[in-house]
Order: sequence, then C-alpha cells, then structure tokens
Amino acid sequence: MRAFRTVMAGAVAVAVTAAAGCGGEVSTATPRTRPLQVGLVYDIGGRGDQSYNDAAAAGVDEAKRNLKGMRVREVEAAPGEPAARKVERVRALAQAGYDPIIAVGYSYAPALARIAPRFPKTRFAIVDEPTVSGPNITNLLFASEEGSFLMGAVAAMKSRTGDVGFVGGNPSPLVRKFEVGYVQGVKHVNPRVRIRIAYLTGPHDLSGFDRPDKAEKAARRMYRAGADVVYQVAGASGAGVFRAAKDAGAWAIGVDYDQAKSADPAVRGVILTSMIKRIDVAVYDYLASVADRTVTSGPVVYDLRRGGVDYSLTGGHIDDIQPRLEQLKQEIIHSRVKVSPG
Amino acid sequence: MNGFLDRVLGRVKLGGWLAVVAPLIAVVFAVLITSVVLLAAGKDPVLAFTTLADYGTQPRSMAMILNTGVMYYISALAVAVGFRMNLFNIGVDGQYRLAAVIAAGLGGAAVVPGVLNIVLVIVVAVVVGALWAAIAGLLRVYRGVSEVISTIMLNAIATGLGSWLVSEHFGVLTGNDLGTRPIPDDAHMPGIPLIAGTPVLVNGFIVVAVLLGIAYWVVLNRTRFGFELRATGKSESAAVASGVSVKKMIVVTMVMSGAVAGLIGMPELLGASYKYSNNFPAGLGFTGIAIALLGRNNPVGMAVGALLWSFLDNSSNQLQLLDISKEIVQIMQGVVVLSVIIAYELVHRYRIVAEQRRVSRELAAPQEAPKAEAAA
Repeated sequence: MRAFRTVMAGAVAVAVTAAAGCGGEVSTATPRTRPLQVGLVYDIGGRGDQSYNDAAAAGVDEAKRNLKGMRVREVEAAPGEPAARKVERVRALAQAGYDPIIAVGYSYAPALARIAPRFPKTRFAIVDEPTVSGPNITNLLFASEEGSFLMGAVAAMKSRTGDVGFVGGNPSPLVRKFEVGYVQGVKHVNPRVRIRIAYLTGPHDLSGFDRPDKAEKAARRMYRAGADVVYQVAGASGAGVFRAAKDAGAWAIGVDYDQAKSADPAVRGVILTSMIKRIDVAVYDYLASVADRTVTSGPVVYDLRRGGVDYSLTGGHIDDIQPRLEQLKQEIIHSRVKVSPG
Repeated sequence: MNGFLDRVLGRVKLGGWLAVVAPLIAVVFAVLITSVVLLAAGKDPVLAFTTLADYGTQPRSMAMILNTGVMYYISALAVAVGFRMNLFNIGVDGQYRLAAVIAAGLGGAAVVPGVLNIVLVIVVAVVVGALWAAIAGLLRVYRGVSEVISTIMLNAIATGLGSWLVSEHFGVLTGNDLGTRPIPDDAHMPGIPLIAGTPVLVNGFIVVAVLLGIAYWVVLNRTRFGFELRATGKSESAAVASGVSVKKMIVVTMVMSGAVAGLIGMPELLGASYKYSNNFPAGLGFTGIAIALLGRNNPVGMAVGALLWSFLDNSSNQLQLLDISKEIVQIMQGVVVLSVIIAYELVHRYRIVAEQRRVSRELAAPQEAPKAEAAA
C-alpha cells in the first residue's frame, strides 16, 4: 500500500506537471519565488488517527518530498472546543502568512466562510465540504459514485446467489451518491441481480455512522434472505456488517480506506475489497497545483481519472476479476460508461 | 477537625501573608514543571512563555479569553455549589448539554419574539438543568445512590437523549452539520465592546457570570440557607443536631447546582453559535470541576482560575505555530491544578506545625522560667 501510494502520488505529480507544461499561459507566468508555507488544520484526532486526518497528512508528506523547500505547519483541534477556536486557528495561520491553508473536514466550513474573505490573497482548501465557497476557496470533493459503481460491479461478478446488499449510515445526499453508483454498477454487470438496500437511521441522524449493532442486524437480515455480498457505507457501523458477513460465511465490501488492513483482524478475511477515497491524492494534487499556480477555486472533484477514488486488492479476493474491473475503470475514465451522481 | 478534603475544597481559610504565599508557590512550581516538560520535549521554555505572554496581552486575545472564560466560570460555580456541601456533582456536563439542546430547540422554533425568546431560552435551560440534577439528588436521598455514580450515568443518558432530540425533533442539516434550527436574529444576546483596540465583542453573558459570582458569595455567606449548606458540608451530624434537614439540603443543593449548570451553554447558544450542533462545546462540566478545585470554591479564586484556564486553552493555536504540541496546554493545566492543591496543602501543614510549635512554646515557657531561676 505504501509503495502503491507513492507510485500513485508520483503519477499524479507527473500528470499535473505535464498539464502545467501544456498550458501556454502557465509557462509564461513568473515562477513562484517563495517556497510554499502550508498551513494544515486538522479536526479532532489530528495526525495519527489512522483514518481521515492521517490520509490528509500522507498527502502533505508526499508533497514535502516532491515540492522543493515546502514547509508545513500543522495545527490540531481539541475535543469539544467551541467553534470560535476553529475560526481563530485558521485566522492565526493566515495572519502568520501561511498560504495555502488546508482545512481537513467539514467542521471548518464556518471558519473558512469567516476568514477567507478577510485574507483574499491567501488560498484556502477544504476537504469533503461543498457548501462554503469564495474566490480563494477550493473544495476538494470525491466522485464516490464512480468508486461505488466499481463496487457494484464487483458485487455482481462475485455473487453466486444473484443477490447483493447495501447498508448506508443514513440517507443523506452524501451517502445516496454511493448507493446510486453501486446500483448502477450492479445493473451494468447483470441487470437480473437483486439489490437489497437498508439505511440505519433517518436522513438527519448521524448516529447511523456509529451503530454497529444496528448495522449488524440489517446485514444479517440481508444475508439470511440470500444476499452474499454487502457493501457498507456506514462509518464505524461498518464493523457490524463485517461481523454479520463472518457469521454468514459471506462477503462484505469496505469503504473510505483499505479496510482489509484497518478493520478488526478477526473480520479482515471477509472484506472482498474496499472503495478507497484518496484524500492524500486530493491534498497532494492541490498542493502541486498551488505550487505551479494552476490552482482553481470552487469544487474539484477527485474521480477515478484523477485517482481520487479507487479500489483495493488486499487479500487477493478479486484478483480473478481484476482485468474486467480495470477495463470497466478505463471505460468510466474515458466516458464510455456513464455513471450518474444521482 | 481539618481533614485534607476540607483544605482542598477551601473550607479552611489561610490568614495573613500565608494567603499570598500559597498561590505564589503554586505559580512558581507550575512554571518550573512546565519548563522541565518543554525542555524534555526539546522546546525552548523561554520562547514558549514569551509567546504566551505576548498572546495574552493582545486586545483580541483578551476578548477571546473572556468569552471562553465566562462559560468556564459559570461551570465552576455550578460545581462549587455542590462542593461546598460535599456533593460531587460530576453531572454538570450532562446537565448543561441537555439544557442547551432543549433550550436551543425551543429558541429556534421562535414561539415568542425578541427579548422574550431570550428569556424563554434561559428559563428553559435553567429548569432543564435543575430537573436533570434533581434526579441524582432524589436518588441519593431516597435510595442512597452516591451522586458521583448517578451523575456520571446521567451524563451518558443526557448524551443519548440530546442526540435523539436533535436527530428526531429539532435537527436541520446545513452542509454536513446537523443542528437545531438557528435562533432568529432578534433573540441574540448582544455583545459588549469591553476591550479597546479589537472589533471582537465580549459576550453579554459576562454580566450574568459576574452577577452569579456575587449571588454565590451572598447566598453562601450571608443567608441562613448558605450557613446550613456549609454546616452540612462540614459535619452532617452536627447539622442534623442543630435542626437542619439534610435530605432537603441535598435535593435543594443539587437543584441549585443543576440550575446554574443549565446556564453554562447559554453564552455560546445566545451569543455565538445560535444553535446546538455537532460543533457545540462539550466537556465544559469537567473543566468546571478542575476550575472549582483551582479556585478553591472561592468566587474570586474561581474567576482567576477560569481566566487562566481559558487563556491556556486559547493559546494552544499559537503554541502549535511554534511547533509545540497542543498536549503541552493540557499538561500545563493539570500541573497548575496539582500545584495549587500541593502548595495550599504545604502551606496549611506549615501553619499547623507552626501553630503547634507556638502553643508548645507558650506551654513550655512558664515551666522554664522557674528552672532558670533555680539555676541562678
């Protein structure tokens, strides 16, 4: 994975440099004389959380290796702090001259909305949050429907019963994109496969992402009814789906990270593959674009083409179908197969 | 009888110069320990402390420190009310969060306009906090359940109840953030331009906090209820002998503690966030316990403690810019609390020993005199 990530990031770097070389106006622009002074604000957990924040940190570390002279200052949040302290954190970095400033997580949206207009020459980026916008704000978003399409294809190819499932934390627009992509992927491979869909809570309830017991119950019901592959998009609840899969002797599909490596060792064997969200790639790509002044404001969607979403091969369970999957991935990248975001 | 607990909770007063020496020792001790930790981490303590001093003297930071300090102070008062009677209300945390959720839900619904809405929100918060704390008081009186255990459990229940209320009844989704409907503009607590040189306003609840501090002192020291509360805290059996209903006192004190706790979230709710969401400050009840210990349940001491705590919390961003990890702030806070407890205990012991020496000298003096005469 480590090597894979490095290769990936390197590939992105090459792609970005190549793209920069093509643009006439970019090559005539005066090169940035001052090396980047990057400010990075984390949400609770910070570097070392083995999840969200660490993924962003990996992207920054990669950039540090490849972008000459780049310096990084990382500032973490304290649990339960008032929102005003997030605003102050972003302000302190901007005031100290850090540029660009990357906010990891949606809880920084109000802080960026307040501070970005006051520092119009500073670049800001926020991961996973589309609602805050401005001429100096870049939203790093992910085409989760494309990655989920591939998960649907895997499920349809691997299912022996012709019956698959989807467990979502809650039916918010964010999670619906996963479901929509998954269903399209399944139908693309085999329109006759039956798809069972369950959401753990109502649309405005985040507790669905922290209820492994509910997820286990929902997944058990699916496996008992004949499903043999279930895709979970339910955060910490996903552990329940993995447990149910282990008991049923069936497959489950992970999300966000390579869960065959990060989940409880006892259930790793049932994880067929995972839909990986490459926050590291998005962060790296953003920094590279700031460095060569190709950065754009507004949403930048990290999709299959940019390597922002991907699938994992850990465990070797999908080695047999990998050529077909890779072909499908190329078809999506070249728009021969269209995936609707829902 | 002066037990350790009595001394820790500030029920035994230090007189004269000793009252000045104890906090001084604590500060010197805390600075020393923190410097050692910083040196061990390979950081420059002088740079760290000058940065802290620099940060703390800017007008903008002062306003921020006051704003956080207001919440910390109210929380410390809520805890201290119980402490003075040997009631350990660990449940201040749950009480203020549940109070804030329900008050935010009602305030967001805007059933009444303007200032009336502010009053409604505050009253609801106070009542919810009081009722939630009353459960623990009643359990203690009628079932003998230790309030330490019951309030910790009630914290967990308040968390569950709060998130259920937000998700099922009050919640609206903004982007990825789930929170209550924002309280309309006409029901916002106005800020005060208290500090010159910064556009940052000081939260209007600073007035409420000061009034609460005064009320705390007056009620405890100048009313019969306060006397009975302190008497019960010092010796339950003595209080019973002098006709105090301890059961009533327990319930009333828990209710008062909870009522004050209900106010903790109000500066944030009515003066900053205007809604209860995932971003609402959490854990303030536990901060209050530390500050009550730090301020030795004294209204002025707790104010100093709250400001110190808030100063350290707020300076975490600046320290991180120096590549000093944010955990240093937590270490400093912990060291300060321990330093205060240890310094006061040392000074108390010094006083006791000094007193014993003085007494034994006085007792010994008349016997020595005739001996001297005999020798002569």
